[in-house]
Amino acid sequence: MTRALPLDSDDADDHSAPPRSHAGGSVAGAGSGGGGTAMRIIVPLQGVVQGRGGLVLGSLIPCALFYFLQLYLKRNRPSSPSPSPPSPSPSSSNLSELSAIPRSLSRGLISPRGSSGRASLSSRGAAIARPDDCPYYIGFKRCVDDPYHPSSNPDGIMQLGLAENQLSLDLVRDWLESNLKESFPGDKETGGLSIRGLATYQPYDGLMDLKMAMAGFMGQVLQGSVSFNPSQIILTAGATPAIETLSFCLADPGNAFLVPSPYYPGWNRDIKWRTGVELIPVPCRSTDNFNISIAALDRAYNQAKKRGVKVRAVLVSNPTNPVGNILSQETMYGLLDFATEKNIHLISDEIFAGSTHGSNKFVSIAEVLDAEGFDRSRVHIIYGLSKDLSLPGFRVGVIYSYNEHVLAAAAKLARFSSISATTQWLLVSMLSDTKFISEYLEINRERLRKMYALFVGGLKRIGIECTSSSAGFYCWADMSKFIRSYSEKGELKLWDKLLNVARINVTPGSACHCIEPGWFRCCFTTLTEKDIPVVVERISRITESH
Amino acid sequence: MGVEFGVPLSEIATSNTHGEDSPYFAGWKAYDEDPYDAVSNPSGVIQMGLAENQASFDLLENYLEQHPETSCCQGSGISSFRENALFQDYHGLKTFREAIASFMEQVRGGRAKFDPDRIVLTAGATAANELLTFILADPGDALLIPTPYYPGFDRDLRWRTGVRIIPAHCHSSNGFQITIKALEDAHAKAVAANVRVRGILLTNPSNPLGTAITRSVLEEILDFVVQKDIHLISDEIYSGSVFSSAEFASIAEIVEARGYEDSDRVHIVYSLSKDLGLPGFRVGTIYSYNNRVVTTARRMSSFTLVSSHTQKMLASMLSDREFTENYIKTNRERLRERYEYIVEDLKNAGIECLQGNAGLFCWMNLGPLLEEATRERELSLWKLILLEVKLNISPGSSCHCSEAGWFRVCFANISKQTLDVALWRIKAFVEKSNARKPQA
Repeated sequence: MTRALPLDSDDADDHSAPPRSHAGGSVAGAGSGGGGTAMRIIVPLQGVVQGRGGLVLGSLIPCALFYFLQLYLKRNRPSSPSPSPPSPSPSSSNLSELSAIPRSLSRGLISPRGSSGRASLSSRGAAIARPDDCPYYIGFKRCVDDPYHPSSNPDGIMQLGLAENQLSLDLVRDWLESNLKESFPGDKETGGLSIRGLATYQPYDGLMDLKMAMAGFMGQVLQGSVSFNPSQIILTAGATPAIETLSFCLADPGNAFLVPSPYYPGWNRDIKWRTGVELIPVPCRSTDNFNISIAALDRAYNQAKKRGVKVRAVLVSNPTNPVGNILSQETMYGLLDFATEKNIHLISDEIFAGSTHGSNKFVSIAEVLDAEGFDRSRVHIIYGLSKDLSLPGFRVGVIYSYNEHVLAAAAKLARFSSISATTQWLLVSMLSDTKFISEYLEINRERLRKMYALFVGGLKRIGIECTSSSAGFYCWADMSKFIRSYSEKGELKLWDKLLNVARINVTPGSACHCIEPGWFRCCFTTLTEKDIPVVVERISRITESH
Repeated sequence: MGVEFGVPLSEIATSNTHGEDSPYFAGWKAYDEDPYDAVSNPSGVIQMGLAENQASFDLLENYLEQHPETSCCQGSGISSFRENALFQDYHGLKTFREAIASFMEQVRGGRAKFDPDRIVLTAGATAANELLTFILADPGDALLIPTPYYPGFDRDLRWRTGVRIIPAHCHSSNGFQITIKALEDAHAKAVAANVRVRGILLTNPSNPLGTAITRSVLEEILDFVVQKDIHLISDEIYSGSVFSSAEFASIAEIVEARGYEDSDRVHIVYSLSKDLGLPGFRVGTIYSYNNRVVTTARRMSSFTLVSSHTQKMLASMLSDREFTENYIKTNRERLRERYEYIVEDLKNAGIECLQGNAGLFCWMNLGPLLEEATRERELSLWKLILLEVKLNISPGSSCHCSEAGWFRVCFANISKQTLDVALWRIKAFVEKSNARKPQA
């Protein structure tokens, strides 16, 4: 479905909004987020189609639509098609727009830098090589280029777009300093270092010692309510390859996952990019507190079916990102029933499971499965140490599956994204220290709670309400009253102001496929308490001018 | 193969394109189930099908013991640990990239320059090769690969990418050197089958041959890829394992000598798994002269980043010139000694090996033992050697070798004592086989 411009927008003449879909997205993805705006067109159209609305509407609306459609198509036509070299291959239809790219004239002969490229890339590679146009990544880059620092760069950009937890790094660091010797496996004979345990080829899907320690850690995160089986764990270099690998196992190119939205923007890249799997956002509404609606999933499933698209799984995050909800048991039963009825998979990304700060208790899908007699072979959990243990740099992700075929395939695929053995050994020690872990989890939650309260309170004082969330590193803030036109474009304008005037990087809801304009994800875990008033003051510069 | 009951899985999860049914992997399995140990299992299978370098571990061990600061946390303060723990930038640690660039230059005797900003880090060369394949080719396209080649390519390059491999056959008549004719034939075959060739993948020095590609052949291959307007991937993972530095010419040297003309189609893969014997650390790199490939590969490396902890640790080690120079030199010598020892010993038993000058293995010719020069006979021989002689060596057919009877024998992952046992077993077997054969 193409995204036509909204007719009732003040900005109907302004065609400069960046396209919604991520650089790596396929055409199918382009219209996927357009639900809300499209609605505004369809409703009046229905009237016209049904013969109501009279002559004015009957002629004006179709003309206007036609005009805007032409404008849209013109804006989105694939750039300068160059004739592809005559090629007998069926893949030649994957035109690389690249063959016409001019060589860089400034290329020096001495420099090892090559020219800008005449030999062509695959169509995937070409799509990927285009510059990022999604706010999620643009904001990131801006922050990296000009990072805020209270004394050395007070005008720099504050990072509220990155779901990273720096609140408890000191605890981890302290531990490492006092437990240094455990960084390498010992040689039992000599008592010295044993490099053989480190440097030689290890199982690609992770050392069994780490799987065991990870299973224990996951159990601790859930406060003992679930006992995880190490043999159902595949370790990967981060949750990013974990979700991609799982996607390769569950779906073929052209298949789709239903994803309640708003959802984590990274999935657009992680899942769609190389696998060719489509993500179908299933919007959740603020009136439901952004909770999942099984009825909406069902509608989306049927719509996909009508299009001839095969849905292979439902993908949820729990705790949710970007909203920060914890799924209720009822919702989980609903999801399991739904998945069973359609005979599809259920993927639960529980990477924030240990980062709860509210009063609601987090319940993993694993716990629900334990209690009920569902067919487990359709359930898969994604986890990792990037959030709960603040170690994104170490690259540790988990696929936890109840399906032996998935485990077998994923174990093989893990060769493309294995965790460094030395890092694994370090973590075996750390995760096995249950006393440390227990203290860490508790103190971390406490700090999250405190920061959440301070931050949300700060926003409230300047008239910004957040949904009441129980977990995660962010709050989901409603800034809709500060946007001029109630549309994605309006939201992006506000985002732009926040970034360039207020100098803070937050993530606009549209990047998360939220259909209600004006929502922003604001991460607070990279801030200190002192930073909060600064953030609030900066945001108020924008909001006060409205 | 499919799952009859239960929730359906993708083609990838259920197909046989993983290529792991080949003897290459079956041999490993046999070893895993019955591994040789001098004391506890003297009749177990000896592993000679694994190209791992354990010849210089003691050097690494000494270094790590003498340099505790190689671990990320000691005495560095909160800001340093914090940065490291949070660092997931797919550009990779600058110091680490600089260290790798420097190491790659040292391995090539300073004959080529590497720009750290062109280095993309991946979790191992396996990932690097797959990434390049994703980037350079579409599903259904093909890469030309001279035979014999590393069996893992069938899996690594094809599995998720949907890209095909078309072998360019080399022959013993010229020592298995790559010829333009072989490349032309393979290319023509692709054209006839309506398949688009996107590039050539070389391994230099070659696995399984254990030989470095000569400079003149490299020049010809570069001309060929220019003429066909395709890419050239040079997997130089064994570049530090050439017995004598002077005998190795990297494609990087050729590119530089040509003033970077046509360099946008050249990409080099490297790793610390072989030369440095650190496969467990999962450090691979793509070095490309093509800016867009570098950018794309970097983004795609999100799926296969190297742990920041490991990067920091190894950055120290690889930047230590005294250590690296000594390591490279010593490693080469030990490999060469080992190689000469084996080849000499086998020769005395009437077994010829290809004249090699690199790598962790030798390319042994057991053709004379075959009643018929067929793949089936080779595999029977392989099975016999595995099950009776208890040696896991890799049959040439799993490397797509066009001639039957060749075997890859790895020698760098076992002790001298074990090697002697293995050699003794081979010789005994050959003697027995010759005795059994009807005399001419």
